[in-house]
Amino acid sequence: MNSLVVDAARRLRSNPGAVCAMFVTAGLVALALFGPAFNPNGSETLDWLHVASQPALQSAHWFGTDRLGRDLFARTLEGTRVSLAVGVVASAVSLSVGISYGAVAGYVGGRTDHAMMRIIEILSGLPLIFFVIFLTVIFGRSESLLFLSIGAVGWLTMARIVRGQTLSIRRREFIEAAVASGAGTGRIIVKHVIPNIIGPVIVYATLTVPQIIMFESFLSFLGLGIQEPHASLGTLIAEGAGEMEAAPWILLVPGGFLAVLLLALNIFGDGLRDALDVKER
Amino acid sequence: MAPILSIDDLTVSFSQPNRSIFAVRQVSLAVAARECVAIVGESGSGKTQVFMAAMGLLARNAAAAGSVRFEGGEILGASPPRLNGIRGSKLTMIFQDPMTSLTPHLKIGTQLAEVLVCHAGVSWSEARLAARRMLERVRVPEPERRLSQYPHELSGGLRQRVMIGMSLLCRPQLVIADEPTTALDVTVQAQIMDLLRAMREEVGMALVLISHDLGVVAGLADRILVMYAGRIVESADSAELFRHARHPYTAALLNCIPSLSGPRLERLPTLPGQPPRPEDILDGCAFAPRCPRAAERCRMERPLLGNENGGASRVACHFPLPP
Repeated sequence: MNSLVVDAARRLRSNPGAVCAMFVTAGLVALALFGPAFNPNGSETLDWLHVASQPALQSAHWFGTDRLGRDLFARTLEGTRVSLAVGVVASAVSLSVGISYGAVAGYVGGRTDHAMMRIIEILSGLPLIFFVIFLTVIFGRSESLLFLSIGAVGWLTMARIVRGQTLSIRRREFIEAAVASGAGTGRIIVKHVIPNIIGPVIVYATLTVPQIIMFESFLSFLGLGIQEPHASLGTLIAEGAGEMEAAPWILLVPGGFLAVLLLALNIFGDGLRDALDVKER
Repeated sequence: MAPILSIDDLTVSFSQPNRSIFAVRQVSLAVAARECVAIVGESGSGKTQVFMAAMGLLARNAAAAGSVRFEGGEILGASPPRLNGIRGSKLTMIFQDPMTSLTPHLKIGTQLAEVLVCHAGVSWSEARLAARRMLERVRVPEPERRLSQYPHELSGGLRQRVMIGMSLLCRPQLVIADEPTTALDVTVQAQIMDLLRAMREEVGMALVLISHDLGVVAGLADRILVMYAGRIVESADSAELFRHARHPYTAALLNCIPSLSGPRLERLPTLPGQPPRPEDILDGCAFAPRCPRAAERCRMERPLLGNENGGASRVACHFPLPP
C-alpha cells in the first residue's frame, strides 16, 4: 500500500538533514522529559558550596550552577520542558481554531468569508505584545493564560493558510461530486476538505512550534512569561544575560539549548514540507 | 405515467459585472421512468447546465428560473437539506472526469460505503459489504482488493466503473451521466457504455446521457434531444432521428460522423462558422447564420419547438427537412 503517508515517510527518510534534525529534536524532548531522573541535582535545590560554579564534568554540576547555586543542567531541562509544552499546546490551540475557522470561511465563501476574514484582519492589526501585557494585567500571571494568549493570536496565520488551501480545492470535481451525492456542508468540510489540505497545515504547524517557543522566550525574557521559581528557556536566558561577563555559561547553556532546539525544529519542518508538498499525482 | 423528472421553461443565466449571459433559454423536457434520454449538443450549448441547475450545483453567480420537478416535487431552488435527501440516493450523477471526481485521500471502499451510511443509514460494515457487491456488479476485477485501494491506484476506466457503481448504490430513480466517456480512451468508452446498458437492464433506472457525440449515445438512448445555443432544437426517438433528422443542425451533425461503409472521404465534413456566443441577443433562429436552408423569416422570428404531425418528434425550425 503506498498511501500518502508512506510516500512522505520515504521521502523524509531520504533527506539526511531532516532525519538528523528529527533525531536531535527527539533527543532534546527525551532529555527534557527523562533527563531529570538521571540528574542527582533538583532544579530548586540550592547548593551553597557551589555558587555560580563553572561547568565541569567531574564536579556535581555538569553545566555549572547559577547565582543561587541551583544546578544549571536541571534548570535548563525544566526550561526546555516548559518551552516545549508552551510551543506544543499553543500550536495545538492555534491549529484547531485555525483549521475550523479557515475551512468554514473558505468553503462557505461569499459574505460569510468576507466577514470572517475582516475579523482576522482586525485581530492581526492588534499589537501582540500589548495584547499579552493587557491580558496579564487583567487576569494576573499564570501559565495557562500564557498558553491561551499565545494560541489565541497564533491561529490567525493558520486560518489564512487553511482558507487559501480550501479555496483552491473547493471547486475541484470531487467536492462537486460529494455535493451531488447529497453530502451536507459539515460532512464535506470534515471528511473531504480538511483531510485534503492537511499536508501544508502540518508543515505550517511544525514551523509554528519554534516560532511560539521563540515568542514565549521573548515574553519571558521581558518578564511577562513564566515566573520564578519555574523556568523557561527565556527566563534562564534573561537571568544569564545579567551575568554575561562574570559567568557566561549561565547565558550560554540555556541559549545553546534554545538555538539547537529551534534549529532542529525548523530543519525538521522544512524537511516535512519537502516530503509532503508534492505536486498532485 | 407521470415523468420522473420534468423541467419546464428552465432558464439559466450567469451574472457578470455589467451583463448577464444566458446558458440555457426556456428549456422544457421530461424523463419518464426507465427511459434513457440523450442530450446532445456542442460545447457551450447549455446541455450540462440544464442538469447542474436540476441538481442544485450551479455556480454562485448563476440564476435559474423556471421549474424542475423530481417525482412531482419542485427541486429548483430547494433547500440544501431537502436536496441532500434526494441527491446521491434517488437522483445521482456521474461526472465527466473519473480522474478527479473521487476524493484522493479516501479509500474506494470508504467512499462507496459513505454514500450508503449517509443515505440509507446502514452500518459501516454492512455498507462495505454492499460496496463490494456493487463493485462486482459493475465488473470491477478483484473487488475486495479495490476496496482498500486509493483512487490514484486505479485506471480511468476502473474509476469510472467505481463512479457508476457509486451512483447506483441507493437504487436511484434517475442517473444523470454527464459525458461519462469523454475522458476515457475509445476502447474503454465502449466498455463503459456497455456497462451502462447492462446496469439499466438490471437496476431499471431512468438515465440521462449528456454527450457531444451522437455516435456514443446512438446505441443506448431511447430518445435524443439536440441542443443548440441554450435551446432544444429537435427531439425525436433515437432511431427516427438517425433515419430522418428534421432540423438542419441535426442533419449537419449526422453528416459529420464518419461512416465505415461509405466511400472514403478526403476530408471529414465540418460545420462552417461558430455557434452564437451566450451573451448575444438573438431575435431569430440561433442557427440561421450557419444554416444552408435559412431564409429571411429565420432571422426575424424564432421558430418554436413544434409538434406538427402528432408524432413523438418535435423540431424547432421554420423549414424542417422533409421526413
